[in-house]
Amino acid sequence: MSIDPLVLLAVAGGGGLGGMARLAVGNLVAHYLGAGFPWGTLVVNLSGALLMGLAAGGLGLPGPEAGLAWSLLAIGLLGGYTTVSSFSLQTLTLWQQRRKAAALGYVALTLGTGFAALLVGAWLAGGLT
Amino acid sequence: MIAWRAYGAVGLGSALGSTLRYLVSLALAGPAFPWATLAVNGLGSWLIVGFAAYAARRTHGRVARWQPFLVGGFCGGFTTFSLFGLETLALMHQGRLLAALGYVAVSLVVWLGAAWGGYYAGHRLAVARG
Repeated sequence: MSIDPLVLLAVAGGGGLGGMARLAVGNLVAHYLGAGFPWGTLVVNLSGALLMGLAAGGLGLPGPEAGLAWSLLAIGLLGGYTTVSSFSLQTLTLWQQRRKAAALGYVALTLGTGFAALLVGAWLAGGLT
Repeated sequence: MIAWRAYGAVGLGSALGSTLRYLVSLALAGPAFPWATLAVNGLGSWLIVGFAAYAARRTHGRVARWQPFLVGGFCGGFTTFSLFGLETLALMHQGRLLAALGYVAVSLVVWLGAAWGGYYAGHRLAVARG
């Protein structure tokens, strides 16, 4: 396994920017929709999935050797922007608050609309190749 | 915390988490199933809930100061939803429908199972440390 320092830098830079964008979007959404339901993470993951679909359609699905553009945009920026850890924490918290319908709805909504957003993004960019 | 400090901490943690996720994907590269993403998403879920459960019982002290770096930063950048979705789509694109469905099902179980385990680990650690 060989590590290209330029690729590593692209992943780190993209990941840092993606994380800050996640914080900004999460705060903005919570400001307008409230913090009673994890809308912020949902919006982040949906918009990230849509953009990932666009990236995959535009750049093509990556082979074993990912290029610099893919490392920066997909692995770094969008990979760092979207999150599973917050999703897991929020689902568990809703469940522990006995808001079981909200917890199940959150899981279904994230997966259902997430895959739909990916497909729409890929379709807009001309489909997967 | 002043806003720019929170952004700095989250950005730094996310850069570190993303880099580590990429290194894990290199280390586990090769097999036709996305084990690397499954592993980072499980580990990240365990860590974020463990920290939250620990911090909830230790409101005094320095624990809360690490929250932006560790939770929004590191765990957020380490785990990824968009790559998980894309890998599922790629499996379907290859005509491996069963592997795609299995990946989604196993991921959900691992994410939420790890979160549940992390809760008890963090809770126990906080109790043990008084």
